[in-house]
Amino acid sequence: MTQTNFTLIDEARPLSLLAALAGDRVRIDPEALRTELGWELKPQGLCKDDRCVPVKDRAEFITDDGVDLERFAAALHRPLALDVDARMACMGVPAADRIAAMASLNAPDFTLPDWQGRTHSLSDYRGKKVLLVAYASW
Amino acid sequence: MITVALDRCADDPRPFIEAAAPTHPSLIDSEHIVADRYDMVNVPTVVWIDEAGRVVRPNDVAFGSDQFKDLTGIESAPHLEALRAWVKDGTAPFTEDEARQRQMLPTPEVQLARAEFTLAWHLHQTGNVDAAERHFVRAGELAPHDFTIRRGSMPIRGLDPMGAPFAELYSEWIQAGRPYYVPLK
Repeated sequence: MTQTNFTLIDEARPLSLLAALAGDRVRIDPEALRTELGWELKPQGLCKDDRCVPVKDRAEFITDDGVDLERFAAALHRPLALDVDARMACMGVPAADRIAAMASLNAPDFTLPDWQGRTHSLSDYRGKKVLLVAYASW
Repeated sequence: MITVALDRCADDPRPFIEAAAPTHPSLIDSEHIVADRYDMVNVPTVVWIDEAGRVVRPNDVAFGSDQFKDLTGIESAPHLEALRAWVKDGTAPFTEDEARQRQMLPTPEVQLARAEFTLAWHLHQTGNVDAAERHFVRAGELAPHDFTIRRGSMPIRGLDPMGAPFAELYSEWIQAGRPYYVPLK
């Protein structure tokens, strides 16, 4: 099957991966999965660093054409928004992960540009009290 | 203070920022990264974070003045007084358990809605406006009471955030019982 460029947004980070498209299924090149996301399929399951998660239905999960994207996201319990025709998808953060982070009461870090283009991170302001105010023109 | 505009680009809030002439960081969050990580569902949302990077007062609606008091029913004084006590005397507004109880937690549907919103935003950025619209709509269906998704996507989709689509969203929200952050006291 011919491979094409596919954009997978990992939370907020867009990655360009080689993928094979067939109907409404997307198969990601396993090497791209390993180098860009750190995950690879081993005998004990889908693994990253020291962590492995079980994989059901291995024969469908990975074929010669690659790793099925929907099954990959499901194995990691990550929400997946997919547009096959547009060759783009976003894999988000599971609610359970957000809930655990919120329970810790650690303020999630972020890095954003200011209105004049300079970059700031919340962690730049450790040692000071911070009043974080989110607003919008809408 | 760090302000974060959940706007599609710096140009939308620019008139307000220039008028305010801030000396604090005034950030632009076009992809709603902060909204997602802090589970914000509307603006304005304020969060208090201490010197160790801990949330001491979770998401709440608070205003710096009484300009919108009649519209929202929210007076600015109680929050400002508590804020002064925290800044000047270190008076914590809640214990850690009280702070946790007052957090509104995301659901799997909300997290999928956020993934749909992010996909839609990137589709729009790459010129695929029709596909973007489908995914903005899907995001709104999954999180119907999240204003950052439904109202926040209106400018980029060419809809008026002050007009009929907003009126519809607002009416649905009222009919659902005004779901929002747990009122913080």
